[in-house]
Amino acid sequence: MTKKPVENTVSINGRPVAIEGERNLLEIIRKAGIDLPTFCYHSDLSVYGACRLCLVEIEGRGIVGSCSTPPEPGMKIKTHTEEIREIRKISVELLLANHDNNCPTCYKSNNCQLQRIARQLGVESIRFGQVLDRKPVDTSSPSVTRDPNKCVLCGDCVRVCSEIQEVGAIDFAHRGHQASVLPAFGKDLGEVECVNCGQCTVVCPTGALTPRSEMEEVWKDLMNPDLCVVVCVAPAVRVGLGESFEMDPGTITTGQMAASLKMLGFDQVYDTSFAADLTIFEEGSEFLQRKAKGEKLPQFTSCCPGWVKFTEQYYPELLEKLSTCKSPQQMFGALLKDRLPEMLGIAKEKIRIVSVMPCTAKKYEAKRPEFIHDGIADVDHVITTQELARMIKAAGILFSDLTPESFDMPFGFATGAGVLFGNSGGVTEAVLRFAAEKVTGKQLQSFEFKQVRGESGLREAAITIDGVQLKLAVVSGLKNAKTVAEQVRKGTCEYDIVEVMACPQGCIGGAGQPVSRNPHAKKMRTKGIYDADKMMPLHKSQENIFVADCYAKFLGDVGGDKAHHLLHTHYQSRRRLPDEGIAFFSGNGGQRLKVDVCLGTNCFIKGAQDVLNGLLGHAEEHKYENMVDIRASFCFEQCEEGPTVKIGAVTLNHATVDTAVQALSRELEHQLSGESAAKDECTSCSGCK
Amino acid sequence: MQAATETHATPAEKFANVCSILEKHGRHPARLIPILQAVQEEYGYLPEEVLAYVGVALDVPAARVYGVATFYAHFALEPRGKYIVRLCNGTACHVKKSIPILDALYRALGVTEKKPKHELITIEIVACLGACGLAPVLVINEDVYGQMTPARAAKLIDEILEKEAALV
Ligand code: SF4
Ligand code: SF4
Ligand code: FES
Ligand code: FES
Repeated sequence: MTKKPVENTVSINGRPVAIEGERNLLEIIRKAGIDLPTFCYHSDLSVYGACRLCLVEIEGRGIVGSCSTPPEPGMKIKTHTEEIREIRKISVELLLANHDNNCPTCYKSNNCQLQRIARQLGVESIRFGQVLDRKPVDTSSPSVTRDPNKCVLCGDCVRVCSEIQEVGAIDFAHRGHQASVLPAFGKDLGEVECVNCGQCTVVCPTGALTPRSEMEEVWKDLMNPDLCVVVCVAPAVRVGLGESFEMDPGTITTGQMAASLKMLGFDQVYDTSFAADLTIFEEGSEFLQRKAKGEKLPQFTSCCPGWVKFTEQYYPELLEKLSTCKSPQQMFGALLKDRLPEMLGIAKEKIRIVSVMPCTAKKYEAKRPEFIHDGIADVDHVITTQELARMIKAAGILFSDLTPESFDMPFGFATGAGVLFGNSGGVTEAVLRFAAEKVTGKQLQSFEFKQVRGESGLREAAITIDGVQLKLAVVSGLKNAKTVAEQVRKGTCEYDIVEVMACPQGCIGGAGQPVSRNPHAKKMRTKGIYDADKMMPLHKSQENIFVADCYAKFLGDVGGDKAHHLLHTHYQSRRRLPDEGIAFFSGNGGQRLKVDVCLGTNCFIKGAQDVLNGLLGHAEEHKYENMVDIRASFCFEQCEEGPTVKIGAVTLNHATVDTAVQALSRELEHQLSGESAAKDECTSCSGCK
Repeated sequence: MQAATETHATPAEKFANVCSILEKHGRHPARLIPILQAVQEEYGYLPEEVLAYVGVALDVPAARVYGVATFYAHFALEPRGKYIVRLCNGTACHVKKSIPILDALYRALGVTEKKPKHELITIEIVACLGACGLAPVLVINEDVYGQMTPARAAKLIDEILEKEAALV
């Protein structure tokens, strides 16, 4: 008697495996303990089906891509036939034939999927001649380095950027052997709308997209005996660093980390969680004030520089709702550069602040001009968890064998609330621990707010404090942030606080963390952070006596002048692409009046196109062609006041066809009479009058 | 041989036309390709600024617009000459020796493969024009020339250059 196939199973290499809701054959094969090589499959992204490495043979159907084939009961699958192994090998050899194979010097060496798969498949020679057409490496971005010579065109980066982040800063361009992944118009990554989150570097299987390294700069400072080099370590680093030393994700390595930093030669080793506690004083109080007045709600968090740049580019009208607090990194930098010269007796110019972050966007943040004063940056260098691990290895330090040490005082002292910043939901929980006691004046019974914890990228919670209900949203991944931002735009948003982190699951999932092949890595790191909170003696930022001491000794009042000056910042609307503009009239004629009409998204929505057409019509009708240059531009970074039109030296906000045409005539008259009307026509503020 | 079509509208008219093209397609991102096609008819090529504007109007990232515009050989991102010479290098034409024709074209124009830019005449290589029966095929603007040879190709180029020289 032949055995009937058991219902709802497939056979994999002759062994039955149950179908349990897997979306495709690849998932079920991996569940059965067989690792198929893949370049273009990521469980969080859409299926692309281009790399052809995940091939399997199905009886009666031939060879198919397992990532794009759903399981059906009774399927007989073979995963490693002679033919399949040969096809896979050829695919990998073809990729290697136009790949820059300088593996030993590649940043991704050790963690490169191409290398790993080539080894796994037993590729020993490349049967095809090298056809690499060398292209320049793009180092324009402070956060991400792009080396097109190492790209295998799997498209993972393209999909993460558009599907998870909804930025779409990079995409496939050209075709055939010219095909590549590029920012718009082949520009450099540093010039376009990329928000520096680095998530593309996490999924890139090769060294084509990697976090921009700043290790050399840090080594140089460490070796300079004239400098005092201070390091500040972000909360999420302590639960990720161990992975670079074969420890499980989520292992808390605070003690070894502090020891290794001291061995590397840092003069002071501080905990950014201290600055996170400080942030809670400011941000918590800011929220209570806004809530009392019922204004600028929901309050959006501002500690993620990827989210801040995203808002500046896409939602300028939301900027006033962002907390004005600097991120903990920048608060810390400003505070330390202000305090340390006196405390350590060292000139400010001789102090260097190095941040260790789970994040690539922090590199960009530290270079924003508002955080650099007279050429001295608040934070001098930012290295990632990955880079710290490399430096530890380069120094020959045997990390796993180290005897734990502690941070230095006073800026190494933190509460569990500060450490929570590493998790998505952590800032919210820390604010709640602060606000609940401030509002009620009573001590909290239990300090945990488990309602705000969870894995989903968009979670809601309602919490009642002293009879007042607070509605909260905790968001990670910019696509989810966009959902909430759209609600605000439409006026349907009812939240009081919205916490946003650009990286899925927050900073523990940042692009600076070691790249893990463990599917549970983020979950384990999240648990690590919650455990670290439990292990701390104090759990509420307001219990941080050293933060309180800072206020008492020199910061003054929470939210006061000095605190504002050091700890708060401002935002500006920001264009996405370098401005090139479309010229309508330009050419001969001597002195021509320059007219620029913004057609950026925000102005466009507010009717800028009509204004432009109105001006063009007017100019044609009055035969102004030889007196004016009319151009359409993309964003003057004054989006809140749009439509924006610049006529000579005058900037017109909230422009309409009428006001624009009037201003044009006026300016032309003035030009003829030889002076600009700029002074008396500016109505946007009364400041200069 | 006709010169390439490009409307002789003023920049303002062209822009107004772009706006109505966008309207006509309901500003629908899925209509990106026909929109680009229409914009190219308007300008003769796809200027970068206009592509950026199309992205804004359709709410499609500029990188995607650029990707689509560079994927199709039919789209040009640089201004093209008055004459567009398209040489087919599809399988049929390739087998019937289209590459020597390409060399002849470059030579007749005095340009090279690396620097193929010529003010008046733009050479484009395309994959299959759907006229394989006539392979190898050369198309100058709208006119199709079959069974091309390097010598005939060079002659066609010379004729254009002479005709244009006479106009000056
Ligand atoms: S860093 Fe982030 S925003 Fe920039 S290209 Fe990569 S995924 Fe996109
Ligand atoms: S850059 Fe990396 S992730 Fe993007 S397509 Fe190339 S290999 Fe894939
Ligand atoms: S993983 Fe299936 S085709 Fe790439
Ligand atoms: S869209 Fe930014 S100023 Fe017009």
